[in-house]
Amino acid sequence: MGSIAEFFQHLMNGLTLGGIYALIALGYTMVYGILKFINFAHGDILMVGSYIGLFTFDAIRGQTMGPWTVIAFFIAMLAGMLFSAGLGMAIERIAYKPLRRATRLAPLLSAIGVSFILSNMAAWMWGTKSRKLDYPFDNSPIYLKGVSITPHQILILAVVIVMMVALKLFVDRSRIGKAMRATSLDQDTAKLMGIKADKIIAITFAIGSALAATAGFLIALEIKVYPSMGTMTGLKAFVAAVVGGIGNISGAMLGGILLGLLETFGVALLGIPYGLRDTIAFVALIIILLVKPEGLLGKAEKEKV
Amino acid sequence: MSKLLDIDSISVSYGSIKALREVSLHVNEGEIVCLIGANGAGKSTLLKAIVALEPITHGSIAYQGQMIAQIDENGAKKKFGVPIRRSKGLSSNLRTDEIAGRGVALVPEGRRVFADMTVEENLDMGAFLVRDDELIARKKEEMYDFFPILGARRKQKTRSLSGGEQQMLAIARALMSSPRLLLLDEPGLGLAPLIIQDIFEKIHIINREDKVTVFLVEQNASIALKASNRGYVMENGVIVLSDFSTNLLENEKVRAAYLGDS
Ligand SMILES: Nc1ncnc2c1ncn2[C@@H]1O[C@H](COP(=O)(O)OP(=O)(O)OP(=O)(O)O)[C@@H](O)[C@H]1O
Ligand SMILES: [Mg+2]
Repeated sequence: MGSIAEFFQHLMNGLTLGGIYALIALGYTMVYGILKFINFAHGDILMVGSYIGLFTFDAIRGQTMGPWTVIAFFIAMLAGMLFSAGLGMAIERIAYKPLRRATRLAPLLSAIGVSFILSNMAAWMWGTKSRKLDYPFDNSPIYLKGVSITPHQILILAVVIVMMVALKLFVDRSRIGKAMRATSLDQDTAKLMGIKADKIIAITFAIGSALAATAGFLIALEIKVYPSMGTMTGLKAFVAAVVGGIGNISGAMLGGILLGLLETFGVALLGIPYGLRDTIAFVALIIILLVKPEGLLGKAEKEKV
Repeated sequence: MSKLLDIDSISVSYGSIKALREVSLHVNEGEIVCLIGANGAGKSTLLKAIVALEPITHGSIAYQGQMIAQIDENGAKKKFGVPIRRSKGLSSNLRTDEIAGRGVALVPEGRRVFADMTVEENLDMGAFLVRDDELIARKKEEMYDFFPILGARRKQKTRSLSGGEQQMLAIARALMSSPRLLLLDEPGLGLAPLIIQDIFEKIHIINREDKVTVFLVEQNASIALKASNRGYVMENGVIVLSDFSTNLLENEKVRAAYLGDS
């Protein structure tokens, strides 16, 4: 126990897991930032995106493994992202938007309803049996000074980093990204600037859903694709978003990574039984809610005048 | 003089509270017009109604001779118990962003600057509808010249600005879109007299040199009336007086109720 190599091994495992949580957490946090509402169907959007990715991949990858399989994998991922983006926007338009001026509970219940509808539809259309998504490359680990790293982990890290940097640049620098921040800070004032808040909300759902589909497709290589695959992962990513400070984009990234590390190191170093691994997230949630309810990077809500 | 803004008998309700009752007023091109009234009179509600942040339940609002909000005799259609801002039968009702696009800028009550953004980003948001980067850069420099304190703070997060600085930023942000009609909701609220004076001087310059029509709401009746051509007095959601500002300054009722004379 405790050799340097082992430490880096867990670090690597924790970072990849955390990166996945972070990608999913971003969707929760961006939607919350603008609508002050938790999209409980987010995990199911992830699941649908993973199915679409899987079907696309199986349809186009061909017989033999080669460079094309890798390209096909990314095309499939893109298909899943696009489909989920459209699905996210459609759900917002149909199930949430009409309730925007209703009580706060209404869209929340609607989201839970959408979540059930999506997972039941998936089970009905595609069956409950989990489907295997084949690696597009040889996934035998590479050993680096005693640390085993799989190509899958490298893929996850690379995609996560690219997505996060792209998102951060988009939100900080682009015209639409700034409008997104303005809308989440103060929707009415954003409208006064000429910003079409409805359009910004739709874009937010599209981006969040596409990121979730990406995460789903990446983990599907390991955990397979099944109708309830988004439930636990989604819930934990939601916890990550709260831990980081819900509504805060950097917070979601931080919360996701932290949660991944916590789960990995919790089991490996603290000796938490593997069976209790899923509870770590919720213990972290309770602690953060008690100690710093606004989350690590969140700002304490001030009463609006 | 042509009417830039023509409000005809509008009403606004918050649930069962009637905040505005058949209010009519107009603002001519090039004027500075003020609306004075006590707390809760409905001044902010009127400004929000003009920019469609609150739906009207009666009457109509015309801007540049075109209807931007209009309610038929049946009253607003309702959905989930609240009046909806835009229904298919009332295609003339514009959304807030569309009204902004026609050149109406509101400096809202309490400034409402984007606290997590820098001064410069706030100005960028004000120019959201201006698609010309060079023009935006030029406008920003103009604003930094006009409000030097903002130039010095351009990279600073807005939350660290003082109240007066925030008010100037809110005005500068509104001016970034080169509006034709500038609506100001209590620009002097909570500020020191010297700063209020400075802000009203700026409003004058904007009106005279940039030909921006100004409609401002104030509780501070004396300063508002001195700064404007015409004024309206509102009580409990109803316009009770309207006249040239010079006359209102002499009016006994106004003097007693709003200028602190007894
Ligand atoms: N969002 C709201 N919900 C319910 N009632 C409201 C709301 N906003 C304003 N009101 C009520 O409508 C009336 C008019 O309010 P409004 O803010 O327009 O007044 P005001 O003249 O701007 O006052 P002040 O000078 O204090 O800003 C008040 O009775 C107020 O309590
Ligand atoms: Mg007010």
